[in-house]
Amino acid sequence: MKVAFTLNGTAATWSGPPVTRLAAALRDDLGLTGTKVGCDAGDCGACTVLLDARQVCSCLVAMGQVEGRSVETVEGLAGTDGTLALLQKSFLAHGAAQCGICTPGMLMAASELLREVPSPGRDEVEDALGGVLCRCTGYTKIVDAVLGAAQSMPMVAPSAGAAVGARLVRVDGHAKVTGRDMFGADGIPADALWIRVVRSPHARGRFTLGDLAPLRRRLAAVLTAADVPFNGFGIYPDIKDQPVLADGVVRYRGEAVLALVGERAAVLSIRDDEVPIAWAPEPPVLGIDAATAANAPLVQADRPKNLLLDGGVRHGDAAAAFAGCAAVAEGVFETAFVEHAYVEPEAGWAERVGDRIEIHVTTQTPYMDRDEIANVMRLRPENVRIVPTACGGGFGGKLDLSVQPLVGIAAWLLKRPVACVYTRSESMAATTKRHPARISAKFGCDFTGKLVACDVSATFDTGAYASWGPTVANRVPVHAMGPYAVPHVRTWGEAFFTNGPPAGAFRGFGVPQAAIAHEAIMDELADKLGIDRLEFRHRNALRAGDTTATGQVLAHSAGLAQCLEALRPHWRRAQDEAAAFNNKGDIRRRGVGIGCMWYGIGNTSMSNPSRMRIGLSPGGTLTLYSGAVDIGQGSNTIMTQIAADALGLPAAQFALVAGDTDLTADAGKTSASRQTFVSGRAAEAAGWDLRQQILRLANAGPDALLSLEGAKLTVRDGAEVRAIDLATTGTLTGEGTFDPPTTPLDANGQGIPYATYAFAAQIAEVEVDIELGTIKVLRIVAAHDVGRAINPTLVEGQIEGGIAQGLGLALMEEFLPGRTENLHDYLIPTIGDVPEIECILIEDRAPLGPSGAKGVGEPGLVPTAPAILGAVHYATGVRARRVPLLPHRLREALIKLQEGALKGTGA
Amino acid sequence: MGDYVRPSRLEEALSALARPHTVLAGGTDFYPARVGRTIDEDILDIGAIPALRGISSASTGWRLGATTTWSEMIEADLPPLFDGLKQAAREIGGRQIQNAGTLAGNLCNASPAADGVPCLLVLDADIEIASSTATRRVPLDQFITGVRRTALMPDELVVAIHVPRPAREARSAFLKLGARRYLVISIAMATATLEIADGHVAAARIAVGSCSAVAQRLVALEAALVGARLDRQLAARVDPTHLEPLSPIDDVRGSAGYRRESVLVLLRRLLAGFAP
Repeated sequence: MKVAFTLNGTAATWSGPPVTRLAAALRDDLGLTGTKVGCDAGDCGACTVLLDARQVCSCLVAMGQVEGRSVETVEGLAGTDGTLALLQKSFLAHGAAQCGICTPGMLMAASELLREVPSPGRDEVEDALGGVLCRCTGYTKIVDAVLGAAQSMPMVAPSAGAAVGARLVRVDGHAKVTGRDMFGADGIPADALWIRVVRSPHARGRFTLGDLAPLRRRLAAVLTAADVPFNGFGIYPDIKDQPVLADGVVRYRGEAVLALVGERAAVLSIRDDEVPIAWAPEPPVLGIDAATAANAPLVQADRPKNLLLDGGVRHGDAAAAFAGCAAVAEGVFETAFVEHAYVEPEAGWAERVGDRIEIHVTTQTPYMDRDEIANVMRLRPENVRIVPTACGGGFGGKLDLSVQPLVGIAAWLLKRPVACVYTRSESMAATTKRHPARISAKFGCDFTGKLVACDVSATFDTGAYASWGPTVANRVPVHAMGPYAVPHVRTWGEAFFTNGPPAGAFRGFGVPQAAIAHEAIMDELADKLGIDRLEFRHRNALRAGDTTATGQVLAHSAGLAQCLEALRPHWRRAQDEAAAFNNKGDIRRRGVGIGCMWYGIGNTSMSNPSRMRIGLSPGGTLTLYSGAVDIGQGSNTIMTQIAADALGLPAAQFALVAGDTDLTADAGKTSASRQTFVSGRAAEAAGWDLRQQILRLANAGPDALLSLEGAKLTVRDGAEVRAIDLATTGTLTGEGTFDPPTTPLDANGQGIPYATYAFAAQIAEVEVDIELGTIKVLRIVAAHDVGRAINPTLVEGQIEGGIAQGLGLALMEEFLPGRTENLHDYLIPTIGDVPEIECILIEDRAPLGPSGAKGVGEPGLVPTAPAILGAVHYATGVRARRVPLLPHRLREALIKLQEGALKGTGA
Repeated sequence: MGDYVRPSRLEEALSALARPHTVLAGGTDFYPARVGRTIDEDILDIGAIPALRGISSASTGWRLGATTTWSEMIEADLPPLFDGLKQAAREIGGRQIQNAGTLAGNLCNASPAADGVPCLLVLDADIEIASSTATRRVPLDQFITGVRRTALMPDELVVAIHVPRPAREARSAFLKLGARRYLVISIAMATATLEIADGHVAAARIAVGSCSAVAQRLVALEAALVGARLDRQLAARVDPTHLEPLSPIDDVRGSAGYRRESVLVLLRRLLAGFAP
């Protein structure tokens, strides 16, 4: 069918099956990949376009319905001369785009509103944007950008030496607000074959494959385990336990069994029941209790007791010290599987180029991908090229392989480009999750409220495969006593295999789960002694000069006390307001809670170096070659700002080459809040290196000023001005490396696990509907010691986005295999759930970090759930032992509490 | 690849249904059920039929065209009788879904959690159904027969929803309980229409959704309200025994016990909200 319509103001025609989704027609046939697809089910709003000036999900519109109508997409927002619309400029200036995958949908939804209501209120903005999910920003800056769209906000253009600390617009922002940024599914060659993965419907079982020949006749290939040269992958060099394609045994629902490779229409037309697989399901091992039961079936045959690993930290004599405590509090806390729910599903494509394989993919870790693909495909690492596309959110979930080995193997065998894009439910079923945890915590303090002893055991459900389980189980014991000075510590972490989805890396590596436990206990101890909850924490806060439980002396940059001091006036105001509200006797009750955290930056007691390069070409092109992948958090911009000031030229003069393993050096993975601290320090060193070379060439002193115009580099040293003609010097390259100094932890967990730590405290104000058990978070004030805010807008963005995820962890997110594998049963916070957030940045410089900066990627999330849950306790007396605290769970706890109170009074 | 027909006249649509077609209107339920696979069934797109669209009124009542969208409902100039349906419309999905999803689609999808169903139940709605040979009217409570099941025959189409004009002043209201704001499937919902005479309830229609396979009227509660003064004490007339028609289940959104309890809260608040 031929469809004639108006597309961004211009007549357009399209031909194809009329049932084709508008989103698919725009992206696949009309070349407008600015419209993103996050779910194909109307649940996420990423594909929002205007149809006759009304916002619709273009994944829910048939092309047959578009005849004669007007379609507007993000590509039509800017003027024909490229001038950005005011709304787009406002998104840039406010930092409203992080990864950018929801940005086109947000922009189109806001456009509908602003045409009708040029100066909307916050409620109107929320109503208009309520149908678009964002997982990065916490919505705060998006709301600000829409509210401020009518006013033009100046764009910061810092001069040489002034980039660090400036609210520089993100260097990749223009592409994100115009729809031109290319994500994993956006640049697939038209002639690529497609993969559809056939997955296990069973959590545990065996299977045999029938005759695949009929399918193979319809397709280019049907890949099985036999086609995988080395059929095991995993994060750790000695634990390659996850098959690319299952070999007769499946260990979780959603595990990959077969890859159908062929023309897109052909692979999508084959239903799972046409694939000859004979299943023999077995009763799955689900949950920690099942995995640790006597005679529990083994998830992996060579893993006795289903144990992945365990270990802990011992300092002093905790068991003995409890005896002398004036107050002791303890409790057990449980968390669920949590889904990353990045709005961009896993996607990528591969191409064989001679004896090399090139994989374009959305990833957080191109160099680990390169080495893992080399291992799986039995190639040398130099024969693998990973080209990261823009990454539409990661949060730890794109640290593990997804489509990479499948497209790589298929493209290698078939010698044709091969693509794979996960569906939303496939993304949710197949990829890693946050570890469910059961944490038993016991703390004791003296009569002044000084902590004396702590004993915390954290047991994790690591799912079917190891993934990042060891990282979680190692990191948590170091952090489980919280950001406090505790002389006698015993902490323990252990992870068990189950037939759940592989639990992997998710923003915080287990620390958010542990924080729920230690912060609840801090509240209880403070309450027992009648000490204010904030002051109790302030009394115990780790400070510079203190020794941690691993025996590390914190020489610098331990700013928790400053964070708490900054929160003090907010804490008092919030408590006054809550008390005044509660005095009215409404059925709604307000509460105020506080959560604290610390977080070691980078790998735990393991080398995690970064290498950065800056090139200055004979033509005068200044390029930062960064292997650090920007997954939305802003490292492209942060690295540029740091490099610019180290070198002494304006950030605006930098071009950027990022991620490509052929063109950059290894800057490690984007995880563990390490890029600003580790790669940033390498970028700083690279800038210094290039500067030294230039100063030597000009025979100039260290304070000389540089300027670059075309191929002419001018060096001003006091009165002396020297011009360097770059055409004659050849390419200048500055290089820098950094590997944070750590030491291994001994059998008692003693050593230096991290070179520096981030600290933070957050206050949550909530309103609880006592009758319904619903919780509305009214406001969050977040104070974070970031060492130095390289770019305050981006730092706030990380904190706000982390808070939204922490709110989800506390109140609504629970992944249940087979039951919440979509974005309408699995709930993440919408624009209406995230409250106003105030960020307070504390800058207690870390001497090792670039300009004193530490990381902030994960810390934003960690204190949020504890603060919210503490506020719920304040409001209701209910201490949540299990999250998410869904309305029915809170209501049940309230009833139990009331019944207990009645019994207690003898009624 | 299946057929795709998009007629502009109702008669053409009805004759197309001589053989089975999947009916497509707003697409908000159609496409989510077809993610990641080829769509090869025969489709009847009823989105271009003017006769199915729009809201009109007569002395006897209102006719809501089958493909009226939630946004059109929200924006329509209608008396307070429709306030509950409008409140529900604002709570359905996000603005995108409201702009595309249709009233009849919500009914034909027959989800236990359909926000539109209890609202139309308390409006005493009749469903106008047509085939190429006949038309008939079915009361809504007989139209939806179970989870994802309706009385619609394969050759039939919902043409309109008819809402009778109450004899007296009438108002309605709706309350939804969900675990987040926007884009949320109801844990429970409650809606009421009260007909008012001399400051007293002359007639009441109450319905609850997401607490049974099909949204249910609470006739015992309705009876208990008749004659009551229209003030906040209305809420006190709600009694747990009134929930007898409900059969809530445990699911990912909430427990059966919680649903029972929260419906009582919703009903009390809903009724208290009618007080002047």
